Amino acid sequence: MKTITVKYFAILREQRGEAEEKLTTEADNAQSLYEELQTQHGFTLPVDRLRAAVNGEFQPWPAPLNEGDEVVFIPPVAGG
Amino acid sequence: MQFRITADSISAPERAQSLQHAQAGACATFEGWVRNHNEGQAVASLEYEAYAELAEAEGNRILTEAREKFDLLAVEAVHRVGHLQIGDMAVWVGVAAAHRGPAFDACRLIIDELKARVPIWKKEHYVAGASAWINCATKGNFAGADSPQSV
Repeated sequence: MKTITVKYFAILREQRGEAEEKLTTEADNAQSLYEELQTQHGFTLPVDRLRAAVNGEFQPWPAPLNEGDEVVFIPPVAGG
Repeated sequence: MQFRITADSISAPERAQSLQHAQAGACATFEGWVRNHNEGQAVASLEYEAYAELAEAEGNRILTEAREKFDLLAVEAVHRVGHLQIGDMAVWVGVAAAHRGPAFDACRLIIDELKARVPIWKKEHYVAGASAWINCATKGNFAGADSPQSV
C-alpha cells in the first residue's frame, strides 16, 4: 500500500465533491488508480479521454506510482 | 517570455508593453473573448479553472516551441481563470517579430496549442439555467449516467 495525494479539477472535482484527498492504494500506476476511484465515485469520463499527471508533469498511464506521489487526472481541456 | 495563469482581468495594452523591442517591425496579438452563445445555446457566463502549475509549465513549453519554429523577438501569453462574463477577455497572446509573417504564424500556433494542450477547463452557464463542462460530455458507450450499463 502507498499513500497518494489526488487533486481533482473541473468535472472530476464536482463528481468527487472534493478538490484534493490523500488516500492509500494498491494501484501500481495512474490508470489502475483512476479505475479504482472511478468505481468508487462514479466518474463519468472513461480513462481513454483523460491524461495523467504525476508530481506536476504529464506521465504515460503505465508509469509506476510511488509513495507520496501527487496525481492529477486531466479531463479533456477547453482553454481559450 | 512567459505564459501565466491569472485570476485578474487582462489589460491588453499593458500586456503589449512587454513585447516592445527595437528590432521589431511587427506585432500580432490574439484576444479570446467570452461570447454569448455556443453550439446553438445562449451562454450567460463562463467559469474557467486551471491546474495552474502544469498549465504554466505546458504553456511555457508552447512559447518555447514557437520561438524555435519562428523568428521571433518577444512572446507573451496569459489565460484568465474564474467566473467571467460576456465580453471579458479570457486569453491574450502577443508576439513581436522583425516581419509580419512569423508574427501572424506564431500567434496562430500558440493559441491553437494552448487550446489543445494546456490543462484549463471551461464550464458554460446557459441562459436557460443548465451548465456544462465543455468537451467533457460522455457518449453512449462510455460509463456514465446515460450508458446502457447503468440503466
